[in-house]
Amino acid sequence: MNNMLIIGQYVPGSSFIHRLDPRTKITIIFFFVFFIFFANSLLSYGILTLFSVGSALATRIKVSYIIKGLTPVWFLILFTFLLHLLVTKDGEVLFRVFTYPIYTGAIIQGTAISLRFFLLILVTSLLTLTTSPIEITDAIENLLHPLKKIKFPVHELALMMSISLRFIPTLLQETEKISKAQASRGVDFKTGPIKERIQAVVPLLVPLFISAFKRAEELAMAMEARGYQGGEGRTKLRELKVGPLDWVALLCFILIIVALFVTRK
Amino acid sequence: MSNSFVEFRNVSFRYGDDQPWVLKNVSFQIQSDKWVAIIGHNGSGKSTIAKLMNGLLFPQEGEIIVNGLIINEETIWDVRKSVGMVFQNPDNQFVGTTVKDDVAFGLENRGIPREIMIRRIDESLKAVGMSEYINHEPHRLSGGQKQRVAIASVLAISPNLIILDEATAMLDPKGRFDILQVINSVRNQERLMLVTITHDLNEIGYADKVIVMNNGSVWAETTPRALFAKEKDLKQIGLDIPFVAKLAKEFIELGIPINKTPLNHDELLEELWIYHSKM
Repeated sequence: MNNMLIIGQYVPGSSFIHRLDPRTKITIIFFFVFFIFFANSLLSYGILTLFSVGSALATRIKVSYIIKGLTPVWFLILFTFLLHLLVTKDGEVLFRVFTYPIYTGAIIQGTAISLRFFLLILVTSLLTLTTSPIEITDAIENLLHPLKKIKFPVHELALMMSISLRFIPTLLQETEKISKAQASRGVDFKTGPIKERIQAVVPLLVPLFISAFKRAEELAMAMEARGYQGGEGRTKLRELKVGPLDWVALLCFILIIVALFVTRK
Repeated sequence: MSNSFVEFRNVSFRYGDDQPWVLKNVSFQIQSDKWVAIIGHNGSGKSTIAKLMNGLLFPQEGEIIVNGLIINEETIWDVRKSVGMVFQNPDNQFVGTTVKDDVAFGLENRGIPREIMIRRIDESLKAVGMSEYINHEPHRLSGGQKQRVAIASVLAISPNLIILDEATAMLDPKGRFDILQVINSVRNQERLMLVTITHDLNEIGYADKVIVMNNGSVWAETTPRALFAKEKDLKQIGLDIPFVAKLAKEFIELGIPINKTPLNHDELLEELWIYHSKM
């Protein structure tokens, strides 16, 4: 079972989107999140939807899997829509629910905001779906590199992230071991009132924390023994490469943005 | 300057001012011996010796010379270039997210160019028989496999000395056997010295020299064969000789001549068939 463990929701694949440089993906998504707020006409929303759904399909990940990944957000999207329906009082009264008036402006506004929200979540989740966590870490280290000038610990941050990623499965295995050990001593994690179940977590967390600290200490010593002395003068095995594919993607994205501004009201 | 690779000169160490001394006035040299085993029961100070050799700890008194350098804050980085270390817990020394990244870690720290790095990773993984696992994540490896990767990581930086600090203690018998095989094959490389630290006397059979630690002092500096002959004295300091050596002793008591204390099963077998064919 542990062989199948996937950190985050990364789905390995070889689609065009998978093969893009993670920096390209992050940059595009960053600007997409920014420009989505400029959309205000039916056509401009149409273009952005086309772009997002098109990219989602281009990943060749099962649509059902992507939709399943969005489940926690559906509620939020629906909630936003209903809120707008009740609060906005623009345009004419379309119909009444019992005696409460629903305006046309509310429907339009609600749909627009929910759509915006949906597209945001969809596009950002495409990043984590098609990029392995370690690639994201490398990209962040690379993109934040200029911040080194103002003494921002970029290398340390990236190292911290990659070590956390490396230890997630280890700590999960450990949690399982501890919970079995505690269960064998009569701690009940699965039944009983919520309050008792929450209390049962304490004998799980305490040993886990203690061992995590011990691990950290040993790891630090092992790293030092292997000559780690900070980011200065370090070379990297994993390298990021911007290829023709990335330029094509960036160009497409710029065209989409131009189209967005052309179709704005 | 002497030609020893590692020299401890009257070294004393304790973890804090109010703590008892872990090492008391320890002196020894490791010269051209290819494989030195340091043994002792828990708390005898043997792991502390390993950490001192690599500049992870500094002695309060005395000095340690490795590869001609006295270990201090300025020289540790140079010392660590020639001394590699493998620790006990396979999980807590695996830094990279994959086998490849982990072997690369030590190379990255030394600023080695990427092309050379890739070649060295391949070579060192081949040396420990882990080439096919190059892209595996640590949680998909067994303890023994992780330790083999740890040895590969150390080999990749091509040190002069490799210290194995109880590297087999947390492994199952199969993993332990694999590691000893790897160590044995690594030992045949030129200009590589080994220091293994262990409390299991079964593991020292192939060592050229054994340093026995007891209560923070050097109790004996000898060869494995001479050591196995001192069963009674060893028992007093909490160590036990391997089964083969015990068996040989019983044979001698029964009047069956065993010329030299055997270090492993093969040697005992040899003695026995020679005896048998003489009958």
